[in-house]
Amino acid sequence: MSTPVRYTLHHPRWYRRPVSVFWWLKKRAYIVFVLRELTSVFVALVSVLTLLQVRAILESPEAHAALMARLASPPVTGLLLVALAALVFHSVSWFNLAPRAMPVRLRGRRVPDVLVSGGNFAAWLFLSAAMAFLFLGTMTTR
Amino acid sequence: MADTIALEVTRYRPEEESEPTFQTYEVPLRQDWVVLDALNHVKDHVDGTLSYRWSCRMGVCGSCGMMVNGEPKLTCAEFLTDHAPGPIRVEPLRFFPVVRDLVVDIGDFMSKLKSVKPWLVRKQERAIADGEFRQTPQQLDTYKQFSMCINCMLCYSACPVFGLEPSFVGPAAIALARRYSQDSRDQGSRERLDVLSEKGGMWECTFVGECSEACPKNVDPAGAIQQYKLEGTVHWFKTLLPLGDR
Repeated sequence: MSTPVRYTLHHPRWYRRPVSVFWWLKKRAYIVFVLRELTSVFVALVSVLTLLQVRAILESPEAHAALMARLASPPVTGLLLVALAALVFHSVSWFNLAPRAMPVRLRGRRVPDVLVSGGNFAAWLFLSAAMAFLFLGTMTTR
Repeated sequence: MADTIALEVTRYRPEEESEPTFQTYEVPLRQDWVVLDALNHVKDHVDGTLSYRWSCRMGVCGSCGMMVNGEPKLTCAEFLTDHAPGPIRVEPLRFFPVVRDLVVDIGDFMSKLKSVKPWLVRKQERAIADGEFRQTPQQLDTYKQFSMCINCMLCYSACPVFGLEPSFVGPAAIALARRYSQDSRDQGSRERLDVLSEKGGMWECTFVGECSEACPKNVDPAGAIQQYKLEGTVHWFKTLLPLGDR
């Protein structure tokens, strides 16, 4: 009999347990989820960087060289390595989830999940190779 | 092996206390007993005031979902020996308002379920004389997995989005919406897409994926929600076309 009873009209006196702001620390799967969400920050960062690189390439070889020199400093290189790890984690986890969002059907039968995620991985590899060719090619032809 | 195991059970008696407490019961540790058997033992022989829901004891009715050692589980499928030497903590389903002891209020879930029209919608009913609706095994296969849902609400307790945003219509309701929208006999997919495109609908989901992990029937609600997101996006692009869908 700790507190006086206060019933609400027409429904019982519920108890709602508040959700802690640290809910995501309570389970490994939740931590992985939050990490996956946080990798989006690095995706945004690298997207902006790529746009800057494209702009510099279109501007002049000197502009591109200046940008590359700025990116070559140890702290930025360290950050880019972290970004690379984050991007790989981001891409792999999303491509692995792709078959669940896209159950592809051909002639009434469901295409095996491995082919759907495999298609995504193949496209990723192709685009990465194309980007590498574009940027590394630009650097060597200078 | 010890012959008893401790059960730490949430007690909440709204007429006596302002927040829940735990009460420990020693129950026989039998090979063939699940957590629900232990609760029934307490109710029948130790403390008749304990309140909880159950019905079928065989993973069909979806009534006995509770948190067992912090995980949403059907207590009729959770063997005591898997948690030996214990103690086993039994709590009401997380993120739902607690009515009493292990009983949560499911009114909110029921109204959300109804909002997605989990039944076959027909623009015009076919006359009985026209015969039955035929369906191929492939057509059945597109929705069968989602039809296995037993409304046990474990997925809601696994979903942090539902915990943080109680207006979220939730995994089971969306999986069941998908079940009907994928059915070749149904004509209500557009109505459901409209409901799920609103605030509290599919876009609340951030694909944590734990709903599908928690599901005792191997339904994939997380997959259903992402499929809806894809459908919603494609529909939106179609509305941009000159003669597109409105």
